[in-house]
Amino acid sequence: MIVRILGEGQLRVDDSATDELNVLDAALGKAVDAGDEQAFRPALAALLGRVRTLGTPLPEDAIEPSDLILPYADAGLEDVRELISGEGLIPG
Amino acid sequence: MSVMKRVSLIFKSKANKALDKMEDPRETLDYSYQRQLEMLTQVRRGVADVATSRKRVELQMNALQQQQTKLEGQAKQALGAGREDLAREALSRRAALQSQYTDLETQYHSLQADEEKLTAASQRLQAKVEAFRTQKETIKATYTAAEAQSRIGEAVTGISEEMGDVGMAVQRAQDKTAQMQARAGAIDELMASGALDDVTGPPRDDIQAELDQMRGGQDVELELERLKGEIGGAPKREIEGGQVDGAAQASPATPAEQPQAGESS
Repeated sequence: MIVRILGEGQLRVDDSATDELNVLDAALGKAVDAGDEQAFRPALAALLGRVRTLGTPLPEDAIEPSDLILPYADAGLEDVRELISGEGLIPG
Repeated sequence: MSVMKRVSLIFKSKANKALDKMEDPRETLDYSYQRQLEMLTQVRRGVADVATSRKRVELQMNALQQQQTKLEGQAKQALGAGREDLAREALSRRAALQSQYTDLETQYHSLQADEEKLTAASQRLQAKVEAFRTQKETIKATYTAAEAQSRIGEAVTGISEEMGDVGMAVQRAQDKTAQMQARAGAIDELMASGALDDVTGPPRDDIQAELDQMRGGQDVELELERLKGEIGGAPKREIEGGQVDGAAQASPATPAEQPQAGESS
């Protein structure tokens, strides 16, 4: 599958990693929904870190839609909330 | 629902709207390409803005550093003259500038990181836009409108996602740059108002003024001593007085009588 980390680009990650990433993603989702700042930062860092480790960057000229899109590394909890609400964050 | 999936859905719905707008898919390709070129311009402008901001911070850092060096010199000079109070004042002002400097340094590194990220994003987008242009021409030349429909879906969705990502990155960098510009402006104003640099700025530099005054005072005292010697002194003194004027003449007695006390303070 193809995963995009916003601000960094796309990586190809083997499908076998799906379960592991889902666990990390669920922890992040929980922190966001609960508005838990303390849990949020390490959860985001863990998810991004794992994707970076497991993934292989796509060539620069590849034009492929991503299966999953992750927030940018220095996003705050509020940024992620806005991101998933789709309000005004994506220009164009 | 999962964060990754929610973010993906937002991007996809955005791309789908772009796709739905056009009657003829080949028009979609041209429209999308135009948008890509606009976005490229926008990213490059973003990189330039961040670079300008970084350079401004760099200039301020240099200015602060010069002032710190000057204050340190003044502290040494004051200590040499036995004025610990003045040296202390100079050092405490230097410490205040140091915290400003540290703050600027943090901003500088942050801007530098943004600049690198945006430059990389700009290169990625550039590579994709070129690839898209090739694909677009191939699709237009090879397929009818109906056939093209299925072919362009991926390309347009993919590039639209890239543009959304890059667009957000530019937006973030510009927001941050605007904040930093405001802070940089505040420091400029502080400097202009004299709150920061009247410490060392030539016209209002009180530490320097006091040091100069001290030295001036010593010079006056020295001069007084010399004149006293000339007027009422023994013949030996008169000779020495003459030697101060004709400084080229070497004599064991001369160095002690030269106005070097003023120089070493």
